[in-house]
Amino acid sequence: MYQYNDKDQTLINERVAQFRRQTERFLKGELNEDQFRALRLMNGLYIQTHAPMLRVAIPYGLLNSRQVRKLAEIARKYDKGYCHFSTRQNVQYNWPKLETVPDILEELASVQMHAIQTSGNCLRNTTSDHLAGVAPDELEDPRPYCEIIRQWSTFHPEFAYLPRKFKIAVSASTTDRAATQFHDIGVHLVQNESGQTGFRILAGGGLGRTPIIGKVIKPFLEKQHLLSYLEAILRIYNLYGRRDNKYKARIKILVKETGVEKFTEMVNAEWQKIKHGMEVSEKYFENMKAHFAPPEYNSEAALDTSFDEALSNNSDFATWIKFNTTDHKVNGYRAVFASLKAPDSPPGDVTHQQLDAIADLSDQYSFGEIRTTHRQNLVFADVKTSDLFSLWQKLNSLKLATPNIGTVTDMICCPGLDFCSLANAGSIGIAKQINDTFDNLDYLHDLGDIKINISGCMNGCAHQSVGNIGILGVDKKGVEWYQITLGGSSENEAAIGDRLGPAVAKEDVVAAVSTILDVYLQQRHQEEPFLNTVKRVGITPFREKVYENS
Amino acid sequence: MKILKDQQLTDNTWTFIPDGTDLPDKPIDITISLKRWLQEQGILKKYPGKLGIRLNPEDSVDSLPPTIKNAKLIEINFPTFTDGRGFSLAKILRTHFNYKGEIRAVGQFMLDQIYYLSRVGVNAFALENKENLADAVAMFNEFSESYQASVN
Repeated sequence: MYQYNDKDQTLINERVAQFRRQTERFLKGELNEDQFRALRLMNGLYIQTHAPMLRVAIPYGLLNSRQVRKLAEIARKYDKGYCHFSTRQNVQYNWPKLETVPDILEELASVQMHAIQTSGNCLRNTTSDHLAGVAPDELEDPRPYCEIIRQWSTFHPEFAYLPRKFKIAVSASTTDRAATQFHDIGVHLVQNESGQTGFRILAGGGLGRTPIIGKVIKPFLEKQHLLSYLEAILRIYNLYGRRDNKYKARIKILVKETGVEKFTEMVNAEWQKIKHGMEVSEKYFENMKAHFAPPEYNSEAALDTSFDEALSNNSDFATWIKFNTTDHKVNGYRAVFASLKAPDSPPGDVTHQQLDAIADLSDQYSFGEIRTTHRQNLVFADVKTSDLFSLWQKLNSLKLATPNIGTVTDMICCPGLDFCSLANAGSIGIAKQINDTFDNLDYLHDLGDIKINISGCMNGCAHQSVGNIGILGVDKKGVEWYQITLGGSSENEAAIGDRLGPAVAKEDVVAAVSTILDVYLQQRHQEEPFLNTVKRVGITPFREKVYENS
Repeated sequence: MKILKDQQLTDNTWTFIPDGTDLPDKPIDITISLKRWLQEQGILKKYPGKLGIRLNPEDSVDSLPPTIKNAKLIEINFPTFTDGRGFSLAKILRTHFNYKGEIRAVGQFMLDQIYYLSRVGVNAFALENKENLADAVAMFNEFSESYQASVN
């Protein structure tokens, strides 16, 4: 993975010192609330319902074991012993004290980590495929490009006070695992007819109150122009994005109101003015790729036979393999998901003991690296098949082996009313009810691939509008109600879910989900996945059944 | 009001003349709006003092005339510190218009924005007297490295 040089380290050390001064000036009354808010947000610090929340950046979801141990240490020393992985591959602490945040940032800097631009109206963490570098369906490892974008976007002097937040995601595979069509900018690594690698650029996608699928504005961008093109998009957005209404301030609204053709024209005109002189050299690309060179895979890993034996001897293990591991581009290896969706814990939460153990396991089994996923799980990307059985046993004892990846209980869930000051309704409680109700693994496995996303408010941090089943908490005169949508997807066939009908009461949510699943089982053809059935039969059979008694 | 220009403290000699107000009789240094700059070229040519322009965030980049290069001062006004359009305006003036003169941030920018503003080409800052000058000067050196090429 990318290792900091002196310049990177100097920059984050200086950032810590800067934030320490800003915090001191705020506490002395030299910065007012509004000023400090903008500055602290750009260091990931929110003031939440109970305490500040600190969001730490995990660039494109990649961590090494040393960093994971540091995250555990911070959870122990400065928080309540746990932390929460977010849908943008970052990690959040819910209970730090404002005065100690500069110390936390200093601790993070000691392991090449930071909280820079994890919030605020600026360029946020660049996200990517959690299977980058190991996915069989990928054209090329996207991470070198992510790191180049990370550096360009970090402390970009022109784009720190944008109309609204700005998120970029990069994908290099045929299956989009990074929800790139729902980002302000989606970057796809592609090849043109002559076999040259470059980028397809999408703009104007987004979730939240107005979910919109991004539009292709540049079908093929030559590699060397990556940064000038991004800069042109950002400049047009910074100048013309709406600032009169925060709900209309994202780039998706600018693209929609301007029209994609006109918007593209504006970007291209600006790009022509700046592209010369901003080219990224081939040498720079090559140097960056060297940081992400594949680890030293064991050439004899594919000869292992113990894995097949274990598969046939132990059905629990076989189930876990089926749901919680995935193919690897190197024979004899698989990528392993550690499920952060154990039945009794809030989705995405992990304790300091688990983190320390995960760090050890990654050293032992996966070249000391861990990835975070946008569905709030963790990945050991490079595990020999011969090690899978012992890794499974160890994850099991850590409650990290619930075989539910991609199933109904692998929910995306925001912190909701329990923690977040924006929320209108609880979301963790709904997740818990779903877990309690659908605790039969055979049933879950029969249902197969279903993505449930639960957000506690319209801001949609848990991407409910692209959940196969989306659940959105709304407040009606002080009572929590939930709107259900069906058929959303953030993958290749991106779609925004359709509203099932009127919002349902809190106590009826799980019954409604249960009914939806029953209708699916009745309607599906053989192995047809949930999403396909919804597309084929439409929303009506689900609606009729859920509301038949109301 | 004091001006921090090229990291040195100087006195302000400029006055902004709002639209609808007559130009001064005496040849003092004045800035005017972009609208006035565009509409009153004839009158402005005869003005005996130094002429500058004050840009606001909503001033369209497309309407900036090539003659803006002749302005003796370009002020970029920040009605609120959260409006970042001024950052792009400054960058465009330096790079697309090759403007070499003084670009001065005025209005409600924060001291904590001085570093980024100076990187995009703002070289002067209008400070309220109450501002802590030592803090302001220190802002130029918050970072010793940068990832992007910019104006500075």
